[in-house]
Amino acid sequence: MDMKRLKQIDQWCYTVPRGEGEDRAEVRLYGSAPLLESMDEMVLTQITNVARLPGLVGPAMTMPDAHWGYGFPIGGVAAFDAEAGGIISAGGVGFDISCGIRCLRTNLDLNDAVGFFPQLADALFRDIPAGVGEEGNLKLSAHELDQIMLEGARWAVEHGYGTAADLDFIEEHGRMAGAVPGNVSDLAKKRQRGEMGTLGSGNHYLEVQVVERIYDPEAARAFGLHEGQIVVSIHCGSRGLGHQIGTDYLVSLAKAASRLGIQLPDRELACAPIKSPEGQEYLGAMNAAINVALANRQILTHLTRESFASVIPGARLTTLYDVSHNTCKLERHVWEGRERWLYVHRKGATRALGPGHPAIPPEYRAVGQPVIIGGSMGTGSYILVGTREAEQKSWSSASHGAGRAMSRKQALKHWRGRELIDELRDRGILIRTKSLRGAAEEAPGAYKDVDLVAEATERAGLARRVAFLRPKVCIKG
Amino acid sequence: MTADYRYFDHEADIGIEAEGKTLEEAFVNAALAMFAIMAEPATVIPERRVSVAFDEADVELALVTWLNQLLAQARVHGLVFCAYSLSRAGEHWTGEAWGMPWRPGAERGTEVKGATLTQLKVEPGGKGWRVRCVVDV
Repeated sequence: MDMKRLKQIDQWCYTVPRGEGEDRAEVRLYGSAPLLESMDEMVLTQITNVARLPGLVGPAMTMPDAHWGYGFPIGGVAAFDAEAGGIISAGGVGFDISCGIRCLRTNLDLNDAVGFFPQLADALFRDIPAGVGEEGNLKLSAHELDQIMLEGARWAVEHGYGTAADLDFIEEHGRMAGAVPGNVSDLAKKRQRGEMGTLGSGNHYLEVQVVERIYDPEAARAFGLHEGQIVVSIHCGSRGLGHQIGTDYLVSLAKAASRLGIQLPDRELACAPIKSPEGQEYLGAMNAAINVALANRQILTHLTRESFASVIPGARLTTLYDVSHNTCKLERHVWEGRERWLYVHRKGATRALGPGHPAIPPEYRAVGQPVIIGGSMGTGSYILVGTREAEQKSWSSASHGAGRAMSRKQALKHWRGRELIDELRDRGILIRTKSLRGAAEEAPGAYKDVDLVAEATERAGLARRVAFLRPKVCIKG
Repeated sequence: MTADYRYFDHEADIGIEAEGKTLEEAFVNAALAMFAIMAEPATVIPERRVSVAFDEADVELALVTWLNQLLAQARVHGLVFCAYSLSRAGEHWTGEAWGMPWRPGAERGTEVKGATLTQLKVEPGGKGWRVRCVVDV
């Protein structure tokens, strides 16, 4: 990114001055100079386009892990007021609706588990359906899928996948309100029937990790984390149903925008006023996909527990938190001294509520919401905690991952899957994958430095680092 | 018909670009490019056939619709495709795709979630028509 186009607000935040006669809202880019410098110019183009959308409240923002997406940049955050003609955008949520991370803590320490890692890797690879074309063991009737779209993770728990205690540590208590299964196409429903309880491919993963470093002992205590502890992170989303909803509405909202006279600087921003029939229809379908994603991660949690139990009897896995990072949610925020209901789009950005927020589980409320930054399979991930400051700065949003630094095409030129897996094994990280191509595309070197992203997230005041997690076993699709 | 496609850089996803003597041939080559991300075409046997049909006046949206219909049919039927045909009568498009069920243990590529409107272009060029878009993986 050409830094000459940016104006520094402080060390961790930049803006783009408006050109003469340029009619758009403010843009705010969070991150360090080196992180911003390494971003593609398209990030700037895309977030500037978002700043032109109707009914935007406050600035259009990017998080420190931002990269070039479609419509919105990945790492883009923008809030819209329905009463002020605000829009909802399928391009502002993405195809993988409610993609997110479930983090599970275990009662195991590294010393207890290290000898079991090869067996654990094999068991997880056997039990967790992963990769393109892979189906789950759960075959759903049309009625059951409708129930999942309405009930989310609660359906999964009621049907024996996990425990009621899991629900207390999932956003929205595992069930997103406002889902309308009738707004989801038959094709989307058909695509999902064999895909519940599957991981997918690309950047999705299931990792067994060790807590290598604690940054914030008070928050770590609240989250039940200590150094040397084994945790598990599951990164995936709403699978075929979400993909098809994204597909269906991307085209229909692009046409609606044109019909409703919304000038889109990029067709991929496909949107409609929130209060329009088209906007409401998408909202109902998107909420249904959020519930499917929450149920999917709940089922995968259950399968993970079974795999652990088959290898390490006595292993206990409890949900630390489940947070989505591709959503649009109606939230109460203060803007210009007044509380307003805003539709906050987070595309590749994690909600990060500060201490005291009523949506946070009581066990964590005093410290803030757990925030998860998933890194690459060779480096590591971070648990952070939301701050009060972020409410003012980013509608309580933070980074969601390391963010890609290199295209998949370039990554394939640099790395070969087999060699990479062997190299990681020599470094104590066991990879199990159905795709050597996928492994090469996901090479750690193709990602930004997750340490810099987490540091910038903290220094910008968006979330505070609590723990660093080092991968030991990674299941990839 | 010989495949004529390539990939272009996109930071998070994958750009596909294809050419053809006709618009329909360029669309078919774009489908080859997209499914080659998920499986090596030479390893797929064209033993099963599915049909798609849609109406779309906008040729750019038609490209995205064609690719997304194929993705959806592949998932619904549990297939991976390797060969395609497409014809058009005005705004009405009809196509077919041939492929096979996923074999357990087969090497898999990366799942394509959907064809997007990003960098979407359908224009005269190359052998006749050149088409491109970014697919989300």
